[in-house]
Amino acid sequence: MISKISALIGVLVVSIVAGVALGPVSVPFDVTAELLWEAIRGGTIPADLVGQYHIVWDIRLPRVLLAAVVGAGLSTVGVAIQAMVRNALADPYVLGISSGASVGATAVATLGVLSGLGVYALSVGAFVTGLGATALVYITARTSRGLTPLRLVLTGTALAYGFSAVAMLLVFQAPHGEAARAAMFWLLGSLGGASWTSLPIAAIATVLGIAYLMTRARQLNALAMGDETATTLGVGVNRFRTHLFIVTAGITGVLVAVSGAVGFVGLMLPHLTRMVVGADHRKVLPLAPLAGASFLVWVDVAARMLAAPEELPLGVITAAIGVPCFIFLMRRKTYVFGGR
Amino acid sequence: MRVDIDQVTVRGIITDITLHASNEVVGIVGPNGSGKSTTLRCVYRALKPDSGAVLIDGENVHKRQHIARDLAALSQESQVEFDFTVAEVVEMGRLPHERDSARDRRVVGEALDTVDVSHLAGRSFLSLSGGERQRVLIARAIAQEPQVLVLDEPTNHLDIRHQLEVLALARSLGITVLTVLHDLNLAASYCDRLHVLDEGRLVASGTPSEVLVPELIAKVFHVSAHVVRHPTTGVPQLLFDQEVTP
Repeated sequence: MISKISALIGVLVVSIVAGVALGPVSVPFDVTAELLWEAIRGGTIPADLVGQYHIVWDIRLPRVLLAAVVGAGLSTVGVAIQAMVRNALADPYVLGISSGASVGATAVATLGVLSGLGVYALSVGAFVTGLGATALVYITARTSRGLTPLRLVLTGTALAYGFSAVAMLLVFQAPHGEAARAAMFWLLGSLGGASWTSLPIAAIATVLGIAYLMTRARQLNALAMGDETATTLGVGVNRFRTHLFIVTAGITGVLVAVSGAVGFVGLMLPHLTRMVVGADHRKVLPLAPLAGASFLVWVDVAARMLAAPEELPLGVITAAIGVPCFIFLMRRKTYVFGGR
Repeated sequence: MRVDIDQVTVRGIITDITLHASNEVVGIVGPNGSGKSTTLRCVYRALKPDSGAVLIDGENVHKRQHIARDLAALSQESQVEFDFTVAEVVEMGRLPHERDSARDRRVVGEALDTVDVSHLAGRSFLSLSGGERQRVLIARAIAQEPQVLVLDEPTNHLDIRHQLEVLALARSLGITVLTVLHDLNLAASYCDRLHVLDEGRLVASGTPSEVLVPELIAKVFHVSAHVVRHPTTGVPQLLFDQEVTP
């Protein structure tokens, strides 16, 4: 376990340095590493490297770090949500967050709502409607006996169609094609808005969320065995599921606000991690975020490089990788959660 | 530890069930749909009764702190999709207790040994046969080190040898065991007392010899039966006629 964690941390560090080095203007790997090292320890750099330092530290590093944070957060949320609703097809968006957020984002992009907030309008709009949508799912799915997994998934899916319809309507009613395109681009996920100001809130939400979930790994195991089993093992199932709901919705809401709805990461990475270490959340929860972080760093590199100088939406690339992966998974006869 | 089921009613399913068990093996028998599992679900808190209460040592199961340290259950729930290993499943039995790695490992190892599944420890739970799974779940309940063990048809899927072993094991724990059983002869052999449910009501209670009489079997199960004594143990055993009674 320790060796797997260290290996993945190593992969992540190398991925981050590579992610910073690679781009339309390539900075050599060793120069990147040196610049990052000097920046971290507060050293000095030669004058002729100032231009590259600006690219590395001010432009690329926040973006690469945000990719790592989003990848880690979505993977972890995916793990927790799949256990919470005991459904292999669940992802962080199954409870309606991304479709809800898309309503706010498209409203901002096409109608100019919240324009007073400037560059933050899109994030704020997405965050507010995303969490609003999840709250609506929660209230609708709730019964006197608590939240049952199937009701949650069905309610989330049904309401998501409704929210998506509203977002689509806004896109088609948009007076300018450019606004609709911006909204669409945002929906498919992009880290183009990354900056040192947007990074901390996403990082804090993700780290706190992962920390909470790691302390609840054994309870998640019990919940994965079924509500009755979890009850007999002393887990207060309704309370626990409500807490999980709030934590996962909070992380997802923040991540969607800073990066749009990046698909497939939260669905695929939990399964890939379980294929390697099994279903035990004590092993899955430390590893999934590390794997997800490296994965999304490389996805973002591809997004910047493949069609340079144009950028591809992250969702296009995660889908290009994720769909074949998923079909492969589903075709393995024995695949269940963590089948090895 | 004493379990009291006190006038428990779940609307439309069971009415006014009252029974108790205290450091003994108590069996609940009855035809399909008579409310046996519902009664047990009220004990292990999967269900809250509409009226009445289940008490453990005089304390309501829904209010008692750390109840999972005292009460373990084997339910009929069987839709696991996550592929845990056998050892991981049994380890879950330690969840209610304060963490203590050395002790946890020892208890889990002993539980695996007790139900004869140590050789499966590294195997995937979902790859096991029904009987092996059942034994693993019983090992998990044992790893919980309960004072009260609730078993809903523990002999399901088990071959005859393991049926006998599991019930003998339940007896040997020396704790309060409340179990639903379909097989009346097993119930007679391993239970100190039996309760008979029919259409959600308690219709008979007592020792196996008192309860398992042809008149009651005919009335509740609609089969005619002869009672014989087991040649070595002397407990009542039933032989059934082939035709059912109206």
